[in-house]
Amino acid sequence: MIKTKFNYDYYLRKNTLPHIWCPGCGDGIILKALLRAIHKCGYSKDEVVITSGIGCASRLPGYVDFNTIHTTHGRALTFAIGIKMYKPKLKVITISGDGDALAIGGNHFIHAARRNIDMTLIVFNNYTYGMTGGQYSPTQPLDSFATTTPFGSIEPPFDVCNLAQAAGATWVGRSTSYHAVQLEKFMVDALTHTGFSVLDVITNCHISYGRRNKMKSPVEMIKYQKEKAIPARSAENMSPEELTGRFKTGVLFETKDNPEFCSEYHKKLELLKTK
Amino acid sequence: MSKNIKLMQGNEAVAEGAIIAGCDFFAGYPITPSSEVAEFLSSKLPKIGKVFLQMEDEIAALGAVLGAALGGAKAITATSGPGMSLKQENIGYASMCEIPCVIVNVMRGGPSTGLPTLPSQSDIMQAKWGTHGDHAIIAITPSSVNESLYETIRAFNLAVKYRTPVLLLTDEIIGHMREKVVIPDKSEVEIIDLKLPDVPPEKYNPYNYTSGKVTPLAPMGEGYRYHVTGLIHGETGFPSQKTDVIQNAENWLIDKIYKNIKDIEKFEEFMTGDADILVVAYGSTSRSVRQAISMARAAGIKVGMFRPITIWPFPEEQISNLSKKIKKVLVVEMNMGQIILEVQRAACGSKVYGLHVTNGEPITPDQIFAKIKEVSEN
Ligand code: SF4
Repeated sequence: MIKTKFNYDYYLRKNTLPHIWCPGCGDGIILKALLRAIHKCGYSKDEVVITSGIGCASRLPGYVDFNTIHTTHGRALTFAIGIKMYKPKLKVITISGDGDALAIGGNHFIHAARRNIDMTLIVFNNYTYGMTGGQYSPTQPLDSFATTTPFGSIEPPFDVCNLAQAAGATWVGRSTSYHAVQLEKFMVDALTHTGFSVLDVITNCHISYGRRNKMKSPVEMIKYQKEKAIPARSAENMSPEELTGRFKTGVLFETKDNPEFCSEYHKKLELLKTK
Repeated sequence: MSKNIKLMQGNEAVAEGAIIAGCDFFAGYPITPSSEVAEFLSSKLPKIGKVFLQMEDEIAALGAVLGAALGGAKAITATSGPGMSLKQENIGYASMCEIPCVIVNVMRGGPSTGLPTLPSQSDIMQAKWGTHGDHAIIAITPSSVNESLYETIRAFNLAVKYRTPVLLLTDEIIGHMREKVVIPDKSEVEIIDLKLPDVPPEKYNPYNYTSGKVTPLAPMGEGYRYHVTGLIHGETGFPSQKTDVIQNAENWLIDKIYKNIKDIEKFEEFMTGDADILVVAYGSTSRSVRQAISMARAAGIKVGMFRPITIWPFPEEQISNLSKKIKKVLVVEMNMGQIILEVQRAACGSKVYGLHVTNGEPITPDQIFAKIKEVSEN
C-alpha cells in the first residue's frame, strides 16, 4: 500500500485555492481525510477518477489533483458508472451531498447500489441544501428548520445507510466530520472494498442549517456530531427511545458474497470471446 | 469485391453504422420507436468486447455515455421524444464540456407521450434549442435506411472532430421500415478516431478558445489529469467568472460549429436546375416529395427539391442562393411549422408556403402534389 510520505500539497491543486467553502464548513475535514485515505490505499493520481454532482460538497473535485468530473445535479453516479464500465482499472469515487445523492439523484443511488458496481459513494450529509441557502433536504431531521420549513419539517428523513443496504450496496458505513481519524479509516475500508460502498458522513453546515437550528457556530455543530453519534455496537443495547435523535456510526453492513457488476460484465465478455 | 448487401431495419442500420464507426459503448433506456437500436447493440457490442448498458432512466443513459466518453470511448445513446426531453440537461453538459457523443432521436409525435409508434418531425427545434443556454449543435436527418447507416458513421466522425454531441434525428418511418443497405467495409469509409493530445500532460489544457483549432480530448486515466465542469470554465478547465473568459468560451461553442459549416453541412438538390418551385423537405418526408415531384413534372409544373441532410447548422446559404432564382418555396414537414421559420429567414426574396401535417400518418405524395398545384396557380 503506502510507500511515500504523505503530503497534502502533493494531492491538492493549489492554484484552484482558496476553496469556496465557508470558514468552519465540515467539507474541508472530509476532503483531507479523503486525501489521506487515497494515499493509504496507494492509488496513483492517474488511476483515480472523482465525479461529483452539484452543491457545496460537489465542488471538492476541483481542488484535488486526480481525473475529476463535476457533473450535473444528482447525476455523478451515472458518469461514474460509464467511465468505470469502460475502464475497469480506474478507481472511481463519487462525492455527493444529501440533496444531490438522495433527492434529485435518488434513482441513480438505488440503482448503483443494486448493481453492486465497484465504486465508492461518499455522501456529505449536512441535512440541507447549503449552496442554495438552506432549503430542507431528504435527510433533514423531523421538526428541524430550513428556509423552506419555517414551521418545522414534517417529512420523515431518509436513513442513507439503511437505504443503501436495502438497495444492494455491499459496504455501508457512517462517520462524521468530528471523527476525522475514524473517517479516514472507513474511507480506506470503503475504497478497498470490492463492490458498491456507501459512506454517509454527517457533516456541519452551520451557515445554512445550524444557524436555523440553534447551532450557529461550527463548534456547536461539531459538538452535536460528537454527542449524537452512537457506535453501532453500543446502539444494539439501547431502546428506540434512547436512540431518538441519534445516529449510528461504524461499518454498518459488509458482505463479500455478492457478485460485483463490472467484473461480472467483463467475465461475460471473456466467455463470449471463447465461444 | 462483391458488395455486402442486406435487408435491414432503420434502427438496425443505425446500430450497424455505430459498430463500423468504432462504437465502444452504448447506454440507453427503452423507448418506442427507438428500442431496436438498443436491442441490436445489446447483442452485438458484447460480442466484440464492448459495453452495452441499460440504465435506470434516460438521464442516466446519457450520463453514462458521457462518463465513458471522458474515458475515451466512442459512445452513443438512442431515444425518442420524451426521452429526448429528459436528456436535455446532459446534452447541455456535453456541449459545455465539449464531450463527443452521438444521440439518436427516432422522432415520434408529441408533445408529451404523444404518439409512441407513429412518426413526426416535431423535435427539430428542440434539437437546436432544447437545452438551456447558448450553444451550437450538429443534427443530421437521414431519409433512408441506407443513409441511416452512413450518417451514423458521419455523426461519430463529427462528434470526435468537433468535440460535440451530434444528434441523429430519424423518425418512426425510417426507424421501423426495412430497405436495402450496402454495408461498407471499414476501409471504404472515413472513420475519425480520437487523437491523443500532441503535448505532454503537464502542458495539456483541455480547452482552447482562441486558436480556432479543436483541442483533442485526452482520455481520462492515461496520465492527462484535468478537471471537467459544467460551470463556465477557462482553457484549463477550471471555473471562471472573468468576463473575457466567459465571452471567449461562449463564442467558441458557437464558432467551432458555424465557422466549419462547409465541412459539417450536407444536402441534396433534386431537379432544381430549371425549377419554378422549390420544395424543402428532410427525412422520411422527402421521399413523398420525390414522388410528388414526378407527378408535378408529368403535369408540366417544374418543381425541384432541396433536402438538408445536416439540418443543424441550417444550410442558410444554399437556400438563400436558390431563392434568388426560384421565387416560390414550399416547405413540407411533419410538424406544425418548424424548419419553415429558418427557410423564411434564408429565402427572404421568395414567397414561402408550408404544408404541415401531424396526424400520425406520413404526408402522402398526393397531398404534396395538391399543394404544389395550389402554389403554382397562386
Ligand atoms: S453553505 Fe454550508 S455546506 Fe456550503 S460551504 Fe457553507 S457551511 Fe459548507
